[in-house]
Amino acid sequence: MAETKSTNYAIECRGITKSFGSVKANDNINLTLEKGEILALLGENGSGKTTLMNMISGIYHPDQGTILVNGEEAVINSPTDAMNFGIGMIHQHFKLVEVFNAMDNIVLGTKEKRRKPKVLKQEIVELSRKFGLEINPEQKVYNMSVSEKQTVEIMKALYRGANVLILDEPTAVLTPQETEKLFEILRKMRDQGRSIIIITHKLNEVMAVSDRVVILRKGEYIDTVKTSETSVTELTELMVGRPISLEIERLEVDRGDKLLEVVDLTVYREDGTKAIDDVRFDIFRGEILGVAGIAGSGQKELCETIAGLMRPKKGAILYEKENIIGKSPKEIIDLGIHMSFVPEDRLGMGLVASMGMTDNMLLKSYNKNKGIFVDKKPAKKLAQDLIGKLEIRTPGTETPVRHLSGGNVQKVLLGREIESSPNLLITAYPVRGLDINSSYVIYDLLNEQKKKNVAIIFIGEDLDVLLELSDRIMVLCHGEVTGIVAAAETTKEEIGLMMTDSVRGEAEAHG
Amino acid sequence: MANMNNTAKEPLIRIGKRNELTAKNAMFLRLAAFGLALVAGGVFILAVGHNPISVYWTIIRGSFRSEMAIQATIKYMIPLLITSLGITLAFRMRFWNIGAEGQVIMGAIFASYFALFFDGLPHVLLIILMIIAGIIGGGIWGLIPAFFKVRYNTNETLFTLMLNYIALYIIVFLRDGPWADPESGGFPKIARFSKNAQLDKIFGVQAGWIIGIILVVLVFIYMRYSKHGYEINVVGESKATARYAGMNVRKIVLRTMFISGGICGITGMVSATGSDMTLATAVAGGVGFTAIIVAWLARLNPFTILLVSFLFSVLEKGSTVIQSEFGLSTDSSEVLQGIILFFVLGCEFFVRYRFIRRKKGGTD
Amino acid sequence: MEMVIKFIAAAVISGTPLLYGTVGEILNEKSGHLNLGVEGMMSMGAVSGFMVGYYSDSFLLSLIAAFLGGAVGAAIYAVLTVTFMADQNVTGLTLTIFGIGLGNFLGLYYLGLSESGTLKLPEKITGQMRSINIEGLSNLPVVGKLLFSYNPFVYLGIVIAIVLWWYLKKTKTGLSLRAIGENPSAADAAGIRVTKLKYINIILGGGICGIGGVYCAMIINNGVWISNSVGGFGWIAVALVIFAAWSPVRAIFGSFVFGAFNILRYYVPSVGIPEAFYDMLPFLVTALVLIVTSIRQSKENSQPAGCGINYFREDR
Repeated sequence: MAETKSTNYAIECRGITKSFGSVKANDNINLTLEKGEILALLGENGSGKTTLMNMISGIYHPDQGTILVNGEEAVINSPTDAMNFGIGMIHQHFKLVEVFNAMDNIVLGTKEKRRKPKVLKQEIVELSRKFGLEINPEQKVYNMSVSEKQTVEIMKALYRGANVLILDEPTAVLTPQETEKLFEILRKMRDQGRSIIIITHKLNEVMAVSDRVVILRKGEYIDTVKTSETSVTELTELMVGRPISLEIERLEVDRGDKLLEVVDLTVYREDGTKAIDDVRFDIFRGEILGVAGIAGSGQKELCETIAGLMRPKKGAILYEKENIIGKSPKEIIDLGIHMSFVPEDRLGMGLVASMGMTDNMLLKSYNKNKGIFVDKKPAKKLAQDLIGKLEIRTPGTETPVRHLSGGNVQKVLLGREIESSPNLLITAYPVRGLDINSSYVIYDLLNEQKKKNVAIIFIGEDLDVLLELSDRIMVLCHGEVTGIVAAAETTKEEIGLMMTDSVRGEAEAHG
Repeated sequence: MANMNNTAKEPLIRIGKRNELTAKNAMFLRLAAFGLALVAGGVFILAVGHNPISVYWTIIRGSFRSEMAIQATIKYMIPLLITSLGITLAFRMRFWNIGAEGQVIMGAIFASYFALFFDGLPHVLLIILMIIAGIIGGGIWGLIPAFFKVRYNTNETLFTLMLNYIALYIIVFLRDGPWADPESGGFPKIARFSKNAQLDKIFGVQAGWIIGIILVVLVFIYMRYSKHGYEINVVGESKATARYAGMNVRKIVLRTMFISGGICGITGMVSATGSDMTLATAVAGGVGFTAIIVAWLARLNPFTILLVSFLFSVLEKGSTVIQSEFGLSTDSSEVLQGIILFFVLGCEFFVRYRFIRRKKGGTD
Repeated sequence: MEMVIKFIAAAVISGTPLLYGTVGEILNEKSGHLNLGVEGMMSMGAVSGFMVGYYSDSFLLSLIAAFLGGAVGAAIYAVLTVTFMADQNVTGLTLTIFGIGLGNFLGLYYLGLSESGTLKLPEKITGQMRSINIEGLSNLPVVGKLLFSYNPFVYLGIVIAIVLWWYLKKTKTGLSLRAIGENPSAADAAGIRVTKLKYINIILGGGICGIGGVYCAMIINNGVWISNSVGGFGWIAVALVIFAAWSPVRAIFGSFVFGAFNILRYYVPSVGIPEAFYDMLPFLVTALVLIVTSIRQSKENSQPAGCGINYFREDR
């Protein structure tokens, strides 16, 4: 070992194992990353992709195994160490300081002395041009769109001289057009000799951008294949472990009466910005209305306004021809309008993390019985029923739900809403973070409700799913409805265009 | 040449998650922390030149050595117990009510109004009136920060704290002006309550301990079985979830803070009419802060609060004995309380995390 | 006019302990730690500074001891909240109870050792903490009294505040610290040594609070030891952080305004306003300030977003 061994590998992982408590997140994983390639790390949610990458980037520490950088064994204890090895990671949840501008975020934590803003700005603009990135160094992060934030993250890595760039689910929050642009940039980087790992569970993206694919399943290493020599079907099988059809069934149900009509709805957020702008749509019994849009386009506020949690500035929400604006959330629940919103941290809304299933079942019904005391018996029975019906895995009805896995938590949440036999079910991001199997259980549940003539508003992130599951799709952009289209007659690209400003006339600039 | 240049060593100790400890093991851990705290306190006692064992022994002996000593210990416990119960409601809701001190004072002021100016009423009626007045006084003082919290999201920690001082100076104002005792000969104080306005004694100790024990049971039932208790727990965990479930969060916060302050107000009534027999500026005397420690150590469980507040009153009573026997000031009890809580706070870490030492022989 | 100048000068003298406390707490909060133990750290600084001064006759040693006293309190807090991830609210409160108790306990302990029955600082120290007198400057009309007539603590406090402002605003480390307070996970990912910086700044902040504590013991209490020597200044300081919108420079102004409330009673003709009202005033105004600032909240001049939440790298 007198001199650096020459190798084609930028990074090599040998026998990496990592456990969290009793959960083995990574079990004896091997991976190689060649210089100048785009490697896709494919696996379902919960298969251990992010854990593995976090070890390469110094966030976690492996229990066993070694990581080699350029052929030499490397101990990566911190993100700084990773940086010194030329490794930069772009996390799914961006690691940016909201109140700083782009420049400050980019230089944050680097060794060199603080420079004059002017000089720094110049330097950053030059660097960004080299890779075809567009960036305004003086813009504050909290004023940025998701894709602008992502650009800052990429710049951060490049500024630190990253030769290896790891991107965790970079396309989850992008429109199809933005995704294509990102891929273009990644290809450019590869052609300049950098190595890229892209973590994803979207097969068409794997096919579109990668050179090779590493597949993980349930924390175990499955295989490495060349993209040019494989197919979507083969990848699916490797990822899930058995042949599976990825088609989601769109049930043909005769749609019933109009249940809800939203008229000229305008809603302001607490900070005074406009969240919903003159929105108008309707929904019928036995229909799934998909809602597409970039994160933060007003989805949350729309849900909350219908549920009575936010007061609109103007407009009406007609539920069976009766205006429900001004009714309390409780009255709206009693009308049969139920919402299940899965926020980013999954537990923030809808479930009480430290309570067991029984107490969580009580959440919307604890006030139903007379007297000052809570009656837990029916809730306990409901919890037991749900465990059986939806195959929820939990040690017991009293185990705090925060100890449950993501899929089970979401089954508890959706199960409770469905059991209360709603007329209108609003569900936002119900499959967030779920593996394929759990996702399909959820889709089936929704379809079952549709069959029962429930009207469903489905707010989703994955356009493919929206297109397959919904009857109609409404697209939101900056709080405005940019179109409502029949799902069977549209394309991903068309929806993507509607999600951004580009489809609208030049008359209106957003603000 | 070894490749040590770019392979920095793994850190000697790092932190990792562990399977959460079972309730039983966690209890042992806390007891161990308590033991360690006593050792640390012992080192402190040693440092000021005394024998820790004899000091500790004196504390225990001093609290139990005679019927009178035990009665005095119980007397210390009453305000601590009731106030901790009041704080528990607020803390369950994650409303950081640091204002128990002020709520105790306001309860005492309201109750004293009746003690001073309506002492001709029949005794039982007067006592009941004073309890109600105490609840209302403390309740209002709890309601004010709650109102600004739900309306403007005003930081309740600091706001309740400021209300403590404001309440304190209201007593000073009453003492120096409207309620000044004309017979005190210029010494600023409020007149002693008449016999009729004094809380009765039961087994030689003012009746506050009965009230305290009743409240332990009531608060336990309220939190565990009532709809209100359920709402408080949900709001404490996540306001968004509570709103989503159709709960009126504002109403719940206001109501709970009124009750929380009201219970603390009972402390004020009990201390003024049962112990001090007058309205003194020291009617709360720091109990509002100590009660926070008690409530936290007891993990907001009413029965554990009973136990912990008893232990703390032993410490407080004992500290008066070590003052007379060793010449150490009674402030030692605050120091020891602080040390105990420091250790217990620290030990909570080990319920969920562990330190991992670097394996021998590097990473191979 | 004479009266106004005297009033302002007195407000500055009375507001200076608040300045130390506020600036110390700003440093804590900028590291993402809401430390409610300011009163306790000031008490620890007061007792250690006072006693070292009493026995050593050295102003400088007393100052250093006060700093160390506050720093030790902050170190306890830092170990518990940074490493052991204990609840910040409860830890801070405990630190306050502990610190006040320790200050009073040690004070009475040394009082017991003293022969005279009182503890008064020696002339050597009281001499040094008197107002400075710069030939030619201090005698200038108006300006002399307003700018060049204070004790050394006042100038030290202002210098510390300005240096900290520069440190937070203009240096690389300051940028890193602000990032930690806003989003420790982002700071960590950017390669900043989160734990180390947190420790350094929390302890530094505690030390600054400690100096404020000894100021109370030396100047406010006229160099005689009394129990509860800090008397609530620490709590006002915590609230002043909000008033100062987390800026050390604005803290200078804020402290002196609140100093003015403290001494207002001596400068306003007494027209039947009860004494207790003046005692209450600073706390009342603080409460009002809390309400007003909560009504108009802005994104940038507000508490660091990570404040109150402990950071564990593997949590995300």
